[in-house]
Amino acid sequence: MITRRLFCSALASLGLLAATASQAQERFVTVSSTTSTEQSGLFSHLLPIFEKASGIKLRVVALGTGQALDMARRGDADVVFVHDKAAEEKFIAEGYGVKRQEVMYNDFIVIGPKADPAKALGRDILEGLRRIEATKAPFVSRGDKSGTHAAELRYWKAAGVDLDKAKGPWYRDTGSGMGPALNTAASMNAYILADRGTWLSFKNRGDLGIIVEGDTKLFNQYGVILVNPAKHPHVKQADGQKFIDWVVSDAGQKAIADYKIGGEQLFFPNAKR
Amino acid sequence: MNTWLTIERLGLTEGSTRIIDDVSLSLAAQRTVVLGPNGAGKSTLLRLIHGLLHPSEGALRWAQPLSQAMVFQRPIMLRTTALANVVYGLKLKGHAKEVCQRRALDSLAHVGLEHLAQRPARLLSGGEQQRVALARVWALEPELLILDEPTASLDPASSREVERIINEIAASGTRILMTTHNLGQARRIAEEIVFIDRGRIAEQTPVAEFFTQPRTLAAQDFLQEEMP
Amino acid sequence: MTEFSDSFLTAWQLLAASDARLSAIVLLSLRVSLAATVIACVIGMPIGALLAVGRFPGRRVLIVLFNGLMGLPPVVVGLLVYLLLSRAGPLGQFGLLFSPTAMVIAQAVLVTPIVAALTRQVIADEWSEYREQLRSLGASRARAAATLLWDGRFSLSTAALAGFGRAIAEVGAVMIVGGNIDGVTRVMTTTIALETSKGDLPLALALGFILIAVVLAINAVAYAVRGWAERRWG
Repeated sequence: MITRRLFCSALASLGLLAATASQAQERFVTVSSTTSTEQSGLFSHLLPIFEKASGIKLRVVALGTGQALDMARRGDADVVFVHDKAAEEKFIAEGYGVKRQEVMYNDFIVIGPKADPAKALGRDILEGLRRIEATKAPFVSRGDKSGTHAAELRYWKAAGVDLDKAKGPWYRDTGSGMGPALNTAASMNAYILADRGTWLSFKNRGDLGIIVEGDTKLFNQYGVILVNPAKHPHVKQADGQKFIDWVVSDAGQKAIADYKIGGEQLFFPNAKR
Repeated sequence: MNTWLTIERLGLTEGSTRIIDDVSLSLAAQRTVVLGPNGAGKSTLLRLIHGLLHPSEGALRWAQPLSQAMVFQRPIMLRTTALANVVYGLKLKGHAKEVCQRRALDSLAHVGLEHLAQRPARLLSGGEQQRVALARVWALEPELLILDEPTASLDPASSREVERIINEIAASGTRILMTTHNLGQARRIAEEIVFIDRGRIAEQTPVAEFFTQPRTLAAQDFLQEEMP
Repeated sequence: MTEFSDSFLTAWQLLAASDARLSAIVLLSLRVSLAATVIACVIGMPIGALLAVGRFPGRRVLIVLFNGLMGLPPVVVGLLVYLLLSRAGPLGQFGLLFSPTAMVIAQAVLVTPIVAALTRQVIADEWSEYREQLRSLGASRARAAATLLWDGRFSLSTAALAGFGRAIAEVGAVMIVGGNIDGVTRVMTTTIALETSKGDLPLALALGFILIAVVLAINAVAYAVRGWAERRWG
């Protein structure tokens, strides 16, 4: 049957075409990073600048810090770019990372309803959290082992609030990324700890506004680590290191400082050399 | 002709129904027509003989193995050309491609459908489809052709054409075993009538005798009801 | 309701501007899901046909299994394929994770049971009609399965379309194995998820409208082709 043969070969070539297209080899480094860097748009800003300087493409997979580190532990990334110092140091100690270098910081802010039922506006972070807990005002937690989640838990602890006991309907553990958690907070008119970058680029704000900011304790440090080739031999050591060297160089640091939304700078380079 | 099939105490039970009940029969005629009221088990008997159904008990004893083919009441046409439908049967028998093509065309010519060879089979009329089905089995040159009510859903003209083809196939020496509701057709085709009633063989009679002096009461009733 | 009209407007503007990034994303979506559907058909349709026609021990169990797997959660498939393709996994050496190929694999796994189960239903119906004729002509069960697959090709297009619809609409599996990497593995659904995360709901919804339009267009074309073919072949 001519028609049948035609049909089958058409099907096969269609499949082949669809499957093989764009498997062209290009030079790239896989970076596991956090949703804050992706959703704030920082990486979209850095990618072309770095590619132009080095000819290397960056493939950024954005996850929570915990997941991003786990992904690197499995050998699925060349470089990690995250913000949870304690977890990063553990990662290095386990031998998965070569060396941690600080790159930049931004800051956490507490977002909440503009009406501010907990009267937390303008307080320092610890007092702010204590008031939220005391009034049982709704609070949304990332609950996803991300850097922001880890920071949130540290702040509760420092504020002297025992979450295990204090948890109730007011504390919503959403297990989601920064953006989805902000969406939840906006729809519930709840307080939430967020990173400034994501907040600035976030559009669905509802009645939320910044409640607590500027406290030095809210400082949020980002680090960059090359995944240890001794653990995962396929890691692109040379190109990965090139990216790390670039991002802590004057050019990289300037590119970070240049990224602004609505005239406001999101990340503050502070690499030590 | 010698006996070509002996059926020994054949039975088929489905659930609690005896569809075929202790049937013993010797078939020797070249053209046998099975008659009987609706639900008597005619089609089932043909399917048992063709091997589409397996008997609950009893056995078929073939004098010698016969190549068979079957034509059904409703022709099953594959969604392809009339020619390819005929070729399909030949291909299954393992014939070479050129042989298939040639014999299929010959066969279509025999049933008078050469001009429709490249037409989609499913779009042919009911009568034409049944003729393609006949061409499909004719091409196989079976030694026994079983037909289950081949003209039941056809108009008179198509019926006559199908009957003509059956007669031609029979003329080539193929044994014919068929059922029909058309008593005139039975009379024209059969040498011998097997009359079956409620799963049992009521009588087996030469055709002329069956229509003039049926031996059983059941057959008499049947003829009275069916004949105008 | 202004959100909906805003989104419609945004969708039109995106389409009218024929934004290069958007068309790259739409094309990648189509390519990945088409490839996955073709693979799923090549594997799933013979399986479905054999389940319909075959007689072998465990057949019923397999039928129930494939029917059940139709509801396979994409996230679970994504996770399984992730663990397989991860560097630490059994197929890690090929470095396929976070590539379109990985997404094709995940979607093919997701869609194959759907294609197989729907094919089984179509072929089972055909088989009950054709069974005696095909057996009478001496077709083996495997041969009958092949014949019915070809003969049921128009009805089977529905199974393929159902598979394709599932593939192009799912986000859980491609997000995990593709990583939603900009310009590499970012498809319609992961873009929608990302824009939702950024709180840009009108843009997310606009992209959703475009996805729906693409799927509708493909279904319309397939429906027209099927109608034409059925009129042609009966």
